[in-house]
Amino acid sequence: MRTANSTIIEKDILIDNVVKISLKSDLVDLKIRPGQFVNILIGATGETTLRRPISVYEIDSENKSFTIIFRVEGKGTRLLSEKTVGEEVNILGPLGNGFPLDKVQKGQTVILVGGGIGIPPLYETSKQLKKLGANVIHILGFNTASDSFLIENFSELNKTYVSTVDGSFGQKGFVTDVIKRINLDYDYVFACGPKPMLKALENIMDNSKLYLSYEERMACGIGACFACVCKTKKSETDYKRVCKEGPVFLAGEVI
Amino acid sequence: MLQVNIPGLNLKNPIIPASGCFGFGREFGELYDLNLLGAIMIKATTLEARFGNYTPRVAETASGMLNAIGLQNPGLKKVIEEELEYLSNFTTPIIANVAGFSVEEYVEVAKVLSESPRVSALELNISCPNVKHGGIAFGTDARTAASLTEKVKKVSQVPVYVKLSPNVTNIVEIAEAIESAGADGLTMINTLLGMRLDLRTRRPILANGTGGLSGPAIKPVAIRMIYDVSQKVKIPIIGMGGIQSSEDVVEFLLAGASAVAVGTANFIDPYVCPKIIEELPSVLTKYGFKSIDECIGGSWKHGF
Repeated sequence: MRTANSTIIEKDILIDNVVKISLKSDLVDLKIRPGQFVNILIGATGETTLRRPISVYEIDSENKSFTIIFRVEGKGTRLLSEKTVGEEVNILGPLGNGFPLDKVQKGQTVILVGGGIGIPPLYETSKQLKKLGANVIHILGFNTASDSFLIENFSELNKTYVSTVDGSFGQKGFVTDVIKRINLDYDYVFACGPKPMLKALENIMDNSKLYLSYEERMACGIGACFACVCKTKKSETDYKRVCKEGPVFLAGEVI
Repeated sequence: MLQVNIPGLNLKNPIIPASGCFGFGREFGELYDLNLLGAIMIKATTLEARFGNYTPRVAETASGMLNAIGLQNPGLKKVIEEELEYLSNFTTPIIANVAGFSVEEYVEVAKVLSESPRVSALELNISCPNVKHGGIAFGTDARTAASLTEKVKKVSQVPVYVKLSPNVTNIVEIAEAIESAGADGLTMINTLLGMRLDLRTRRPILANGTGGLSGPAIKPVAIRMIYDVSQKVKIPIIGMGGIQSSEDVVEFLLAGASAVAVGTANFIDPYVCPKIIEELPSVLTKYGFKSIDECIGGSWKHGF
């Protein structure tokens, strides 16, 4: 982990308010792992104060670049989305622990479950799992067809199922409806998405095989400010920091 | 050039990461050598372990942020056995921040922390705005603050600095009462009580409702208060509130601080403290100062 001024080399608008930015960055030398995130200084002093934590979508070690995909939610992400190719941004990273790829063995089945803007970090995860020789299946959930993105990219990699809440694309309903329908045997499930989706997965999947990536409001991103803590079942005062021990936790590890 | 001597603290430079913004140093220790720092103000310690408030605990504001962490810490025993033990790997003086919910708790925590060979001074936290009882309740009334200071002074083996709250009508009156009670120094200012609302939920963003405002937004308030207090008390002040650069440091020194603490800026640039330490000599020179001492109180001392 360290800071590096990184240069925007590519920018795409995937759908309304979902932006993809690729950056040339020395942070790639620090071996970013799938599921880790970076904390980006927006730089408009007065308008924004804190960095913005955003997960990594894809890593290109050869080209010394990595890509992020984020949704424009507030002032910080809007300002970030307005930056142009050639501009430099200061990035702190890589941060947190990613998905536990080291646990996965060749031939094992891993289901990657993503909801909405939680989907991007699963892409690099899928690529690396495939390289490991794992059997990877994607289940991606959106609200509606016009909200959907990255379906083609995931489909090119591995078998991909899609659900939309209104049924306008793929299966009508939630990712959990897809899981119930296809009823697959699996060795691991890695998931990233809104909290209700993670909760629903905890209810129906084997919790000893389920790893969930959490999101929380952060300040420092390195574990010093204690803004992003979660309770655990161990004791009233035991805690895990989403930025440091997370963002990926075994199901049930945090409350 | 950067050397400063104040009670219990022989600082090689006046730059100290502020309590609550630096944990117990471990995370920043991964990024740079903690021995570069003038001193370290560690996270507030209470007698028992505390989880703190529910999340969200932080909210951004224009030129600042609100926090309502709620004094999360592993408790006195673990702070001594684990955190101060880790900090024994460094020679930088440690200023231990003492918090509590009763006079007895403050006194006990202060006594035990001050007995640690690793602690050079105490920072008595009577100004945390994020806990329902204790904290700020001890810091907004001159008599209560003075009485607690006196009791802590009696048991402490090291000099006691008292951290002042800006959420008061007359900060000079409180500072004077604390000085009379025997405090060795003051640290100021803690955060300003604030709130932000979420337009969609129509409720406060912070789970705690209110939080403490920090960052550059509060710097002018800190400067004004240090300017006022430093002219009325003889004990030294460690100044804090929105410091981001060497120029900010010089401004605090001119206002009357003898050293400074850097808080929120650590979250924005984790390397900010060593950066300021490196730049400070040239900035002092630029404004005509040969030492830190020459700069302290320069805004109101005669001859400037």
